[in-house]
Amino acid sequence: MAGNAIHTENLTKYYGKSRGVDCLNLDVGTGDFFGFIGPNGAGKSTTIRTLLGLISPTSGKASVLDMDISRTKAILNRVGYLPSDAAFYTGMRGRDILKLSADLRGKNCKARAEELCDRLQLDVNKKVEDLSFGNRKKVGIVCALQHDPELLILDEPTGGLDPLMQHEFFSILQEQNREGVTVFLSSHILSEIQRYCTRAAVIREGSIIACDSVDQLVKTGTRRISLRGIIRQEDVPGARNWSENGDAVSFLYSGDINELIRILAGIHVEELTVAEPDLEEIVLHYYGKDGDQA
Amino acid sequence: MTLIRHELRRAWKSLLIWTGALSAFLVICLLIYPDMKKEMDSISSAFSAMGAFSSAFGLDTLNFGTLLGYYGIECGNILGLGGAFFAALAGISALAGEEKNGTAEFLLTHLKTRSEVVTAKLASVLIQIVILNVCVFLLSVGAIAAIGETIPWKEVALLHVAFLLLQVELACICFGISACIWRGGLGIGLAIAVGMYFLSIIANLTSQAEFLKEITPFGYANGPDIISTGCLDSGKLLIGLALTVCGIALAYFRYCRKDIR
Repeated sequence: MAGNAIHTENLTKYYGKSRGVDCLNLDVGTGDFFGFIGPNGAGKSTTIRTLLGLISPTSGKASVLDMDISRTKAILNRVGYLPSDAAFYTGMRGRDILKLSADLRGKNCKARAEELCDRLQLDVNKKVEDLSFGNRKKVGIVCALQHDPELLILDEPTGGLDPLMQHEFFSILQEQNREGVTVFLSSHILSEIQRYCTRAAVIREGSIIACDSVDQLVKTGTRRISLRGIIRQEDVPGARNWSENGDAVSFLYSGDINELIRILAGIHVEELTVAEPDLEEIVLHYYGKDGDQA
Repeated sequence: MTLIRHELRRAWKSLLIWTGALSAFLVICLLIYPDMKKEMDSISSAFSAMGAFSSAFGLDTLNFGTLLGYYGIECGNILGLGGAFFAALAGISALAGEEKNGTAEFLLTHLKTRSEVVTAKLASVLIQIVILNVCVFLLSVGAIAAIGETIPWKEVALLHVAFLLLQVELACICFGISACIWRGGLGIGLAIAVGMYFLSIIANLTSQAEFLKEITPFGYANGPDIISTGCLDSGKLLIGLALTVCGIALAYFRYCRKDIR
């Protein structure tokens, strides 16, 4: 890891009395494909907007590409940003928006923009107000990518994109990432984080509650136990997320597996599967009130 | 320059409409002047005998029967009030409009510092005001020439300079407010323009309220005063300049620290 693409240290942002983020500590390494997971209002967008200089932190420090976030212009020169709700100037066509974006950066991005539009099947001749949400998103994606940034900050990037486009979009991101571009994306779609990201952080109520490689986040020692048999929750100390459907029982178990085997040996079990919970299950648990490790 | 060009491109329709409308009204007023001139003796005496109403609009000090008197009143009504509306709307929507339309995020993540954005936006508003005023001025003097009257260059130029400065002042005040709000604020802009205009009317009505002329830009952009004195009131201009600078300073100060919504 060559250094930090993003670093925050006790980053705090309050809107009056309302919490945006609270003592947020986050490190995204250069070259990471990083997922930022959190429910609505957890502070994902506040974090991103603070990093880009759109809002000022109440306290704490943050740097992007080893530059303090006060150096907005130098940061923006090397960053591509896709907002969650890409809004553009009405009356302008897609190609005008792309050209304006390139001109504002003082770069000629025509060839790269054409390539991206081709891959994303974006009709740049339509006025932005005539574009669907997904196609507006594509315009935003091209704006974020066309100037070949070192760091991509993408706020819920796949909203509105159909599955084929999502696949193409992630192909582009993976290509960029292989070329050394750091990708930082926030998403609610945990399967795409699990599939594409190498590292991820979970934010809850303005603070990071877990940050690790996606593999490590999934390997928590917790198992999803599914079985067919007669068993009650009281019989299995430490079982969580208990669900029953007839004689089919499913629960999360993070205790001693030998103890579980002893318990199960005392009952009649017809079927048994032991699996790692997926990221979604783990994150849903993180979102829970107690916030215990899954 | 990219941002200024972009701003002007986005504003050109509105600028064209305002310039066309104000020019058309002024030119029409001037083109009907020869016909009205024949009736002017009776009109002038009627206008000057309307007491407070005459004072409010400066009809008691200007001779409506002369081209200058006629132009001073009409120009004040059309270019004064119309130009004030245009300038206030252009100023108030310059910065807040980006947030209202959700485009501030796009703009401010494109390699522009806040102060560069403020400078470009301000330049764009001022360029629009200058374009509008130059067009209106040229068409007005063209219309005066077309009706065969001698162009009173000094007085006409002073009137137009005064209205240009009035618009710059209102635009800058509204521009400063624009940096402090998150919504369009068109109502605020219109209220400021109308409010300033009515302050000057009130100041004309009673000597006790004459101090209001010091506050409102309509105080120095007052047709009857400019034509009768042949100059602009430097005291009032200085106050106007101070308010203009305050508006610009507020815009830079506030926008460079503002949380963008």
